[in-house]
Amino acid sequence: MTTARKAIALISGGLDSMLAAKVLLEQGIHVEGINFFTGFCVEGHTHAIRNKDRNRAKRNNALWVAEQLGIPLHIIDVIDDYKDVLTSPKHGYGANLNPCLDCKGFMVGKAYQWMRDNGFDFVVTGEVIGQRPMSQRRDTMPVIASESGAGNLLLRPLSAKLLPPTRPEREGWVDRKRLYGFNGRSRKPQMALAAQFGFEDYAQPAGGCCFLTNESYARKLADMWRARGSRDYALDDIMLLKVGRHLRPRPHFKLIIGREEGENNFLEGYRHQFTHLRPVSHRGSLALLDGTANDDDLQFAARVVARFSQGRNDDQVDIEINRHGGPTRTVGVIPLPTDQISQDWYL
Amino acid sequence: MTRHQLDAKRLLCPLPVIRTQNRIKSLAPGDILEVVCTDPGAINDIPAWCRIHGHRIAGTEAQSDQITITIEVGKGR
Repeated sequence: MTTARKAIALISGGLDSMLAAKVLLEQGIHVEGINFFTGFCVEGHTHAIRNKDRNRAKRNNALWVAEQLGIPLHIIDVIDDYKDVLTSPKHGYGANLNPCLDCKGFMVGKAYQWMRDNGFDFVVTGEVIGQRPMSQRRDTMPVIASESGAGNLLLRPLSAKLLPPTRPEREGWVDRKRLYGFNGRSRKPQMALAAQFGFEDYAQPAGGCCFLTNESYARKLADMWRARGSRDYALDDIMLLKVGRHLRPRPHFKLIIGREEGENNFLEGYRHQFTHLRPVSHRGSLALLDGTANDDDLQFAARVVARFSQGRNDDQVDIEINRHGGPTRTVGVIPLPTDQISQDWYL
Repeated sequence: MTRHQLDAKRLLCPLPVIRTQNRIKSLAPGDILEVVCTDPGAINDIPAWCRIHGHRIAGTEAQSDQITITIEVGKGR
């Protein structure tokens, strides 16, 4: 009796990776899942912030998929290692700041390292030739295999029949005849296979799972890098880009203003790291000031914050200014008129 | 059996799950881990992670915006 070969499968939470893992489970392969947290994943933390989302179902799709498949899932924090991928992508960016090809190579490389460290035999992904314009093309498949280091130990069960046989196929660990030859952007073959496996509930086709593909988010990230003169970032930085209105009224500072109670509560947790302002005479949102500001700047920022308070039409709004590491004072200001809030300030 | 506590407050999912996963690696079967978190997503995600790795949820308590999930460590990794 031979011991079952062991595969580590990248599980994103979408349908393709779910199917890829299932195809191998059906062949008697021992499969475990791996999922990487870069800090830019859309699901997870975002749904916890805004009040309007509080009642939405909260499900980590990767965990849910693993549970449906009955396999363990290892979630790996790659926030720090991912910085190089994002800031210096060898293959460039997609439509926004999404370094998809480098990202895929990085994740497969991490999975390959995990495979070696844990005595597994090969790596599995749900990649489909032609599915994505940047990272899932016939000509990029070998690039990912090569640059990740996984080489012929990287198996894509959904498109395997269109690719040269990998070592798991050549050695007979898996039966190539029972793999697939999916190609292109159509989801119909995957949906048919899902039905065959009895999967009725699965996450919608992927593509919106990364904030870096989001134009608005990418603009804020690029602005942050430009303003700081550096592409470095911390987890808190990239979290804050997901929350509130971001306005840059001056090149040397921007304001992050909560849009509702949930965001205000979230921003409260960061107030000790920033100079921050809040209306005290009227209801209004907390604002964090990111950058440097002299007294004139703070006075001006207070007028902007007043504009976003319930006192926007009053003659005066009192704003409490807490300078980071410094004293707190309250100033009475005239809210900035709407026509003086430039649309160019909005990030 | 020893009792441990993990502070995962202010972390948003999946970080509470990752911290739980990493902490459990250093614990022995039968140990108890209390995870304190504030992300409401954790109330689903941590039990889901525990189910697929063979750990038992001994209790879940929500007070105000704080959630405490008590885990009895199993033999899974």
